Amino acid sequence: MTLEAVGFWVVAVVLLASSLAVVLTPNLFHAVLYLAAALVATGAIFLLLEQPFLFAVQLLLYAGGVVTIVVFAIMLTERLIGERVRQTSRHLVNGAIVAAAVFAGIAGFLLRSPLATPRPGPVDDATVAIGRALVGPFAVTLELLGVLLVTALLGALYFARSDE
Amino acid sequence: MIGLSSYLVLAALMFSIGLFGVLTRRNAVGILLGIELMLNAVNINLVAFARFHGDLLGLVFTLFTISITVAEVAVGLAIVIVIFRVRRTVEADRLDLLRW
Repeated sequence: MTLEAVGFWVVAVVLLASSLAVVLTPNLFHAVLYLAAALVATGAIFLLLEQPFLFAVQLLLYAGGVVTIVVFAIMLTERLIGERVRQTSRHLVNGAIVAAAVFAGIAGFLLRSPLATPRPGPVDDATVAIGRALVGPFAVTLELLGVLLVTALLGALYFARSDE
Repeated sequence: MIGLSSYLVLAALMFSIGLFGVLTRRNAVGILLGIELMLNAVNINLVAFARFHGDLLGLVFTLFTISITVAEVAVGLAIVIVIFRVRRTVEADRLDLLRW
């Protein structure tokens, strides 16, 4: 086995285990911590695919930003409710059946379609190319994204404002 | 050698796990966590296709989805906090104000 294969299987096991923990653990706070592990593992997948820039973005925005926001929200709501946010799950069997059916559908499609694309050789760091694309053909999209982020920020502020 | 299908199957598994979480969690924040898992699985797909086809588009698209997801989580959690304030409950089952 090559180094890449070993890395892939290790990351895959960590990713799937932490994902399962996210949806199965009864403690919501633990679920967020497992989500952080899953997000970092996703970043490691990006590294395996030789995209260090996306790895950095993943760590900064997801593992840094999203996890912080969610932890913050849980703290706030726990204080509001005055009790620990425990959570029980419902429809476990039905959910498992639907999820397994979706996976079976995707996997069946993957098995039937010819995906024997050979991996291209090692590529240069794509960061420069991504940057050029962002201010070139995708400049308008990038600006729209900025508008969206400002709108989302203002919307979140408006929702979470205090009443007085 | 790890092929493209390995990455796609991994992403499909992660997506299914996230879907399971969305379907089974009672807590609104837990449902959001499941949605996060599903979106990340999609990102893995995008990056894997971009890498194996030597195309830049998937990487740029991944950047956009990551940013939009972060905005979505911020707004979603703000909504959850407001719901907590008004209804004093965390359970999605009890949020049936719009049900006729």
